[in-house]
Amino acid sequence: MAATPSKSTQSFVSAVEAVGEYTLFIRDALMYLLKGRIHWRNTLQQLAFIGTDSLPIVLVTGLAVGMVFCLQVSGVMIKYGSASVVGGVTAMSLARELTPSFTAVVVAGRVGAAITAEIGSMKVTEQLDALTAMAVPPMYYLLLPRIISACIMLPLLTILALAIGLIGGTFVGVGSQGLVLTVFIDSIKSLLYIEDVLKALLKSAFFGFVIASIACFQGVNTGQGARGVGEATTRSVVTSLICIFVSNYFLSFILFNVLARK
Amino acid sequence: MIEVSNLHKSFGSKQVLRGIDFTFKEGQTTVVIGPSGCGKSTILRLILRLFKPDQGSISVNGTSIVDLKSQEELDAYRSQIGIVFQSAALFDSLKVWENVGFMFLENSKMSKAEIKHIAEEKLALVGLDGTADLFPSELSGGMQKRVGIARAIARDPQILLYDEPTTGLDPVTSTVIEDLISSLQKRIGGISIVVTHQLSTIFRTADLITMFYEGRILDTGTVEEMKNSANVTVRNFLEGKVVSDERNV
Repeated sequence: MAATPSKSTQSFVSAVEAVGEYTLFIRDALMYLLKGRIHWRNTLQQLAFIGTDSLPIVLVTGLAVGMVFCLQVSGVMIKYGSASVVGGVTAMSLARELTPSFTAVVVAGRVGAAITAEIGSMKVTEQLDALTAMAVPPMYYLLLPRIISACIMLPLLTILALAIGLIGGTFVGVGSQGLVLTVFIDSIKSLLYIEDVLKALLKSAFFGFVIASIACFQGVNTGQGARGVGEATTRSVVTSLICIFVSNYFLSFILFNVLARK
Repeated sequence: MIEVSNLHKSFGSKQVLRGIDFTFKEGQTTVVIGPSGCGKSTILRLILRLFKPDQGSISVNGTSIVDLKSQEELDAYRSQIGIVFQSAALFDSLKVWENVGFMFLENSKMSKAEIKHIAEEKLALVGLDGTADLFPSELSGGMQKRVGIARAIARDPQILLYDEPTTGLDPVTSTVIEDLISSLQKRIGGISIVVTHQLSTIFRTADLITMFYEGRILDTGTVEEMKNSANVTVRNFLEGKVVSDERNV
């Protein structure tokens, strides 16, 4: 009689299977995209849901991050006589790392969880099967619109978060730490390149893809009942966050190190 | 005619179908019965090609559907079939008429007014006049099931599949649904397959009964033949008695 595989072996096999299924899921999404089979009405609805509805929380987060980062950085830099570059360092850090990551985290929590819960509930109540039965593939009607919308809206949210983060940083640097406004702004101009912002937006678009594709994938693979939906939603957010943080390092390494300005 | 041959299907380590051979004939309502987990609903999903069998063949009017590969082929095949889901599976963000006319809204160039007209006709057929502009959440469970039936017959399919159409409904509403299944079969005349374990649904709708048990067909026949089946498990099931292996559950 064959020996029963250990729990760790089973977990490893399940993880490999999940990666394989996710890869096939992404392949399907790309096939629909390349064929131009996109449900535009649902895509517009999702743009509003992911973008407009996420704006308040993203702006609050961006403002808070900009203010607290400038507060911490200015304290140290003023002490070591580098007050003239506080604005530039704040802007560069916000643009390259902080705003893309924080925006992605906020959207993963708000939008990723909502997508998984919605798709998962539809799976449990046989609505996904009903779509397929009526010759309307869920990938076309539900999933691709969400993935496209997240890829478009994440960069837009990030740029707005960056703008308000810089305003918050300036307010703290000038208003609370006693830095000179013109020096602060000149420092931003000299250290923050448009290239940095564009690369950050590229990262954001990738994070949008990660969040929405994982959320949709977990949704369509939801287990049975309310518990299944809850577990899938948790898995979706946790997996997205891990993928965002891990991929952020590699993307930053490639974009700001390998492809750095000479 | 739907012919299934040597059909096997497993989910993970659980073997659900273990070699089903059966022919669903035109002009008949075939009721598939059996205890929970015996593969009744699985066969509907296989006929609809929501997934593929591990082994065996399914042919519809002489065409093998197991080999359908492209999305276009699958969509064209599926649009000939109407299915009523156990949970009704209505889209709660859409109005009743949009649910019924969903396939036209997404897959045709008809105007909304034309689609709404068709939807209202189908709703009238299932006795739901005047509900077109309501949302599913404003309807009772039985009414939602009837909307599900109206949606299934929206394109006048020749194959109608019912997955547990009366489960969870009160006896009066069940009777309404059962009468509807019988009248639609007389009206459309194609193939109707009803998966159920409700005794009233079995007796009131079946032209032919086939009983699944542990992934295989135990017996097939008319209501009278099955009531007098030589197989004790079949007789017990139709008399509402505990079926062999469930005795210890």
